[in-house]
Amino acid sequence: MISWPNFVSQLFNGLALGALLALISSGLTIIYGTLGVLNLAHGAMFMLGGYAGYVGYQYSGSFVAAVAAGAIFVMILGVVMERVVIRHFYHRPNEDQLLVTFGLGICFVEIVRLFFSSQSLSVPPPPLFQGITNLGFMYYPTYRLAVVGIVAIALGVLFLLLYRTRLGMIVRAGIEDSVMVDSLGINVDRVFMVVFGIGAMAAGFAGIVNAPVVSLTPGVGDDILVETFVVVVIGGVGSFPGAILGGLIAGEIISITSMFNPSYAYVMLFAAMTLVLVVRPHGLLGAAGRE
Amino acid sequence: MACSAPQAASKRKRVMFKQRPFLIETLTAIGLIIAPFVLPYLGFAPNTVNRILVWGLFGLGFDILFGFTGLLSFGQSAFYGTGGFVAAYLLTQTGFSNVLGALVIGMIAAAVTGYLVGLIALRRTGIYFAMITVAIAEVFFFVEFNPLSAWTGGENGLPGVPMPSFNLGFTTLEFTDGWSLYQFLALCYFVGVVIALRIVRSPVGAIFSAIRDNPVRAAAVGHNVHGYKLTAFVIAAAYAGFAGGLLGVLQAFMPPDAFTFDTSGQLVMQTAIGGRGTLFGPLVGAAVWLFLQDFLQAALGLGAAWKLVLGVVFVLLVCFLRRGIVGGLADLHHRLAGKRTRPPQRQLAEPVVAGQTAAGDEPMRASASVPPPMHRPAVTDSSSPPLLQASGLTKRYGGLVANNNIEFSVRRGELLGIIGPNGAGKSTFFKMLTCEIGPSSGRILFDGRDITGMHVTDVSQLGLTKSYQVNQLFTGLTVRENIVIAALARLRGKFRLDLLRKLDKVEGLEKRVRQTLELVNLTARADTPVSELAYGEKRRLEIGLALATSPSLLLLDEPLAGMSPRERTETVKLLKSIGQNRTMIVIDHDMDALFELAERVTVLQEGRVLVEGTPEEIRKSAAVQEAYLGGIHGVLDA
Repeated sequence: MISWPNFVSQLFNGLALGALLALISSGLTIIYGTLGVLNLAHGAMFMLGGYAGYVGYQYSGSFVAAVAAGAIFVMILGVVMERVVIRHFYHRPNEDQLLVTFGLGICFVEIVRLFFSSQSLSVPPPPLFQGITNLGFMYYPTYRLAVVGIVAIALGVLFLLLYRTRLGMIVRAGIEDSVMVDSLGINVDRVFMVVFGIGAMAAGFAGIVNAPVVSLTPGVGDDILVETFVVVVIGGVGSFPGAILGGLIAGEIISITSMFNPSYAYVMLFAAMTLVLVVRPHGLLGAAGRE
Repeated sequence: MACSAPQAASKRKRVMFKQRPFLIETLTAIGLIIAPFVLPYLGFAPNTVNRILVWGLFGLGFDILFGFTGLLSFGQSAFYGTGGFVAAYLLTQTGFSNVLGALVIGMIAAAVTGYLVGLIALRRTGIYFAMITVAIAEVFFFVEFNPLSAWTGGENGLPGVPMPSFNLGFTTLEFTDGWSLYQFLALCYFVGVVIALRIVRSPVGAIFSAIRDNPVRAAAVGHNVHGYKLTAFVIAAAYAGFAGGLLGVLQAFMPPDAFTFDTSGQLVMQTAIGGRGTLFGPLVGAAVWLFLQDFLQAALGLGAAWKLVLGVVFVLLVCFLRRGIVGGLADLHHRLAGKRTRPPQRQLAEPVVAGQTAAGDEPMRASASVPPPMHRPAVTDSSSPPLLQASGLTKRYGGLVANNNIEFSVRRGELLGIIGPNGAGKSTFFKMLTCEIGPSSGRILFDGRDITGMHVTDVSQLGLTKSYQVNQLFTGLTVRENIVIAALARLRGKFRLDLLRKLDKVEGLEKRVRQTLELVNLTARADTPVSELAYGEKRRLEIGLALATSPSLLLLDEPLAGMSPRERTETVKLLKSIGQNRTMIVIDHDMDALFELAERVTVLQEGRVLVEGTPEEIRKSAAVQEAYLGGIHGVLDA
């Protein structure tokens, strides 16, 4: 039987998941929009954020340190990956970019499996957000509420970065017309590196923030990657607002369907994606030009 | 022409291939027959070899999709699982006992599923396509595990899949496990190879390659690109479905993990390791994969780290050996044989292997031997309705009006020129005429038919096509193959499923290709890859692509752009000969060339028709001199 509080709590779950997906998808979509590379290792970076955070937590015992460790480690990894591998693929066909990032993703997962085994690990939520909160009409895990807040702040920072800074202006211009930006004499080389780092950091940050909610396994990024794809297809590739809208839609679809029958969550998600593809092939907020 | 040594060698080779058209098939058969006698000494267990064959068969279809058509799908597990579970369900739950029949039914089920999924996934291209296929595969996995678990056994799979046996009347052929089952699998694989080779050598296979290289141009010369992509997708699904059924037979159990994303990923990686676009790449990749897996786990005791090693190998191969092991070996072979490197799939796709190496040194003949015009509608009949009529044609981009209310008509047999300063809207006008872009308002009548808003493919099929200002060639193919693609559009219509027909059996193809090559003076360069052509040659091929569709109205967008003065003179001569029995409209900046060519000239300025008239009238027009030449006659050149 579906009760009212149960429904509301699922809505909250959907919000938390949706916010998280929005953040991860934003990372994926600004990388794609700017560099033209779809990073199939993005799910693995989400996972690495969780594990780097776990290590950080083991050493410091502080959740803040864990988040910093997760985000910074993945950002550095992103920069290194862009410098060493990705930039040699800008002028190669899309398929090659997909293949190489897919392969790197597998390597990351397997390295983690090697060091941490396949057993699941957990990171406890910070003391401040432990326990449950009485919302008046129902009780809800405090940390999940906190996740919505933390991710909202992160999205806000990303927004400011994209819409209020010089770098953000270049990134948005690059998404519209990368050739033009190139010919304006802007050093896209360095911009690309920074964007890849920021995009990766978004995934890593989400990975460690999500770690107290679900247990950590090397495969934790795989499902997230698929969900992220659906988000991006629904929202529109290269669109930051689209990623947020798509993320929230996907989060709610998964949560509300799970209330009735969890096994249909993906079917409904897929149905929504198909609907969008039929009605608006370029995504809800996507532009027609980018492919 | 002096016959250099490598050329002679390549000629010998060509003769050899012509005499033995079934060389690859024969070698495959021999390989499959001797494998059981050789592989055990290399440390391959029979079960491993059988699994390699199943992966190889799975990969044949995938390679047609990815290697030949350029569509990278990460969702093949959906069809592998569908075919496998349909076959296994029939054999274990319904009393259906014909193993081969069940495999075929599974294959058909997978193909139908592939058709439906393709309708959705192929709405988008590139990375979108890849992402959608990932999502679809994941959905199939969840559906198999939960809502359909009553039929699929959920996480338990379906145990008890029987081995194939055939009652021949006098005896029964039983295939049990090990090398006995190998015979059955090898036969399946061999049939799969033969069919796949037929497909890639068919007209459809040629069009697949064209779509991989340049889907925009493939559509513009008149091929239904979406239809052919869907075809490749269904072929890949069918192969996957059959292989999935074989997996159940091989293991006597249909495992649920056939549906996992890992299955799709492994297929992609094996294909890239072995070599895409080679058909045999997936088999080689699977052999490497499974061998390393056994070797690293058992011999080196690496345990779970084997997958990391394979991942690193994969990444290195993608970085440094783009076309995988088979592709790398083919390149090496070509280098050793003193030939220029050419993609090996070309040789699979085309039975005639020929490498023209010294053709570039041969002086270009001054003019092509043009076949005499069949009929010359020399006197343009002013009473007949115009071949093309555009009325009120307008194109707006936001506030910018690129074309403003253009009235324009061409009569049959005319050779028109269009000139105008940069930004006058000439190319936009052409794009609207060929329906590459839709007009904001106005109407286009072609041959008495309203073509406004039609698809560029359909317009091309009606006989209206253009050559592009910026070359749009099939860059991975040779000159001849380029022309073949365009000629096929006219000879076969926009969509036809002659998957098993040989390319050289297409009625009239050979003749049309030869004539077109002669017309654009590229006969000597016919077997040169496009990437090795000089710029002027590429421009002529660009025109040749449009010509090969034998349009009744040919539009040429700046055919002289970027050419040297000598090339210009030759090309003008060429255009004159082409124009002898055709209706043509030419855009160019080279006024002298255009005045020499055209019977009537239209001047566009700022999106409007400024003036129309004979070259003589245009030359004298004060308005034109004012607008175009800035009032000083004679300054303009090129």
